[in-house]
Amino acid sequence: MSDVVAQGLDPSNPNLRFLEEVSRRTAGVSRLEMCIQCGTCGGSCPSSADMDHTPRMLFAMIRAGMREEALQSNTPWICVSCYHCVVRCPQDVHIADVMYTLKSMAIHAKLYRDSTPPHFSQTFVDMVEKYGRSYEFGLATRHYLKHFPLRLPGMAPMGLGMLTRKRIELKPRRIRGIQQLHAILERAKEVEENE
Amino acid sequence: MSAYLYYPGCSMEASALAYHESLMAICEPLGLNLDEIEDWNCCGATEYVGVSTTPAYALICRNLALAKEQAKGTDTVVAPCSACYLNLAKANYYMRERPSLGEKVNAALAAGGLHYEPDSLIIRHLLDVIINDIGLDTVKSKVVRPLTGLRVAPYLGCMVPRPDYQKRWSDHEHPNELDRLLRALGAQVIDFPLKTHCCGGHMTQIGPATAFELIRRLIASAQQHQADLMATVCPMCQMNIDAYQAETNRHFRTNYRMPILFFTQLMGLAFGLDPKRLGFGREFVNAQPALSRIGVEVPTNEAEQKPPRIPGRRDKNLPMPRMPGEEEN
Repeated sequence: MSDVVAQGLDPSNPNLRFLEEVSRRTAGVSRLEMCIQCGTCGGSCPSSADMDHTPRMLFAMIRAGMREEALQSNTPWICVSCYHCVVRCPQDVHIADVMYTLKSMAIHAKLYRDSTPPHFSQTFVDMVEKYGRSYEFGLATRHYLKHFPLRLPGMAPMGLGMLTRKRIELKPRRIRGIQQLHAILERAKEVEENE
Repeated sequence: MSAYLYYPGCSMEASALAYHESLMAICEPLGLNLDEIEDWNCCGATEYVGVSTTPAYALICRNLALAKEQAKGTDTVVAPCSACYLNLAKANYYMRERPSLGEKVNAALAAGGLHYEPDSLIIRHLLDVIINDIGLDTVKSKVVRPLTGLRVAPYLGCMVPRPDYQKRWSDHEHPNELDRLLRALGAQVIDFPLKTHCCGGHMTQIGPATAFELIRRLIASAQQHQADLMATVCPMCQMNIDAYQAETNRHFRTNYRMPILFFTQLMGLAFGLDPKRLGFGREFVNAQPALSRIGVEVPTNEAEQKPPRIPGRRDKNLPMPRMPGEEEN
């Protein structure tokens, strides 16, 4: 730690432990500490062109304790969970799961810049928590009205097509054990917060 | 009869109804007995894990706990949907890899009187079960109407062959399972280079431009290889490539008409089952023209829309070179 102090950094700065925190919050063993900055992840990524930072850069920022910058990056929100990087990573870093962790931390700290992706996730989760099943009609109408009102006219034939093909249901389906599910999720949130 | 616990997932009831209908139709000829998990809930797709970890895994594991209680003579859970399959398999794997996750999930499940011991169930995808348990010999023996002459692009998408922690697939990027199955049905399977590339997943909802480019790449590649249609194992892939094809065409001013069907629909056709039971007509990009090539009639949606009018570019100037699939003015 003395080296850190010598560099003029405050050892009580929690951001120095940012890498540890991201890794700890990730489901499974993230192995993020093992990243060797080879860049295979970014080179394998089908959507990296739309990202603020390639995954490699993002992981370097996490290691450098650049908490705000990392959580503000659009990279985790552009990740399509295709797992190409995961199977190619020579260090077996659970990259996709690290992206999920960064999303949840960005939501918690309200550090995302574009509200569309987190609102979509949250609306999806709200529906699942309410009914125990996904409810696409409710999700689509709420999401598009809020974030893509201009896309709606162009989407109308598709929405209508979904209805005539019986590919979307107007009414949600609720599971019988919804009380049980609520109890489980309630407890899970307590466990998560006490971490 | 091979018996399995069955986790359908939300898509099978609506957006991928054709997958459900065709799967139910081929169960009997395949001798596949699917015991649906009672009162299962949504797996959270790729959304819940991005909001909070413990609740997301508790949500997934309620299904596994219920399945274990219901299990009679089998430990195998089968999921037809890629995202559901991956979520169930990952939860099972991570609870063992990181025992603290297992403890947290079980602390949450206890509030609902449930418990799940990691690895007490085996999670498998439907295609894996058909190839490795039922076997291609059985599949071949049921084929009465081979799909000879139909050029099919086998499209697996991402989440079935990857990350594949249980090492169930022949390759992470170019697995051959779906190719072998389609070949057993008599189809002419193209060597589809993008067979495990991404369809854009939920990006159609949150970042359409990103998604449209991924959809375009897949359709363009299938078209370049002169596929009549694509066959998929995933509700999300089918939805993105089928229902968003018109919007993708508008975005790039292209005029692709690439049908995409579930592999179970093609199995049903090859088994000589009544196409009415196989969910045809639910697709947006009509599969009938492709199937006419091999003399198969299937129900189509009456409200089949005309190809969307593409705005702009109405000039009659010098003819310019065009990519295949681009509209000719």
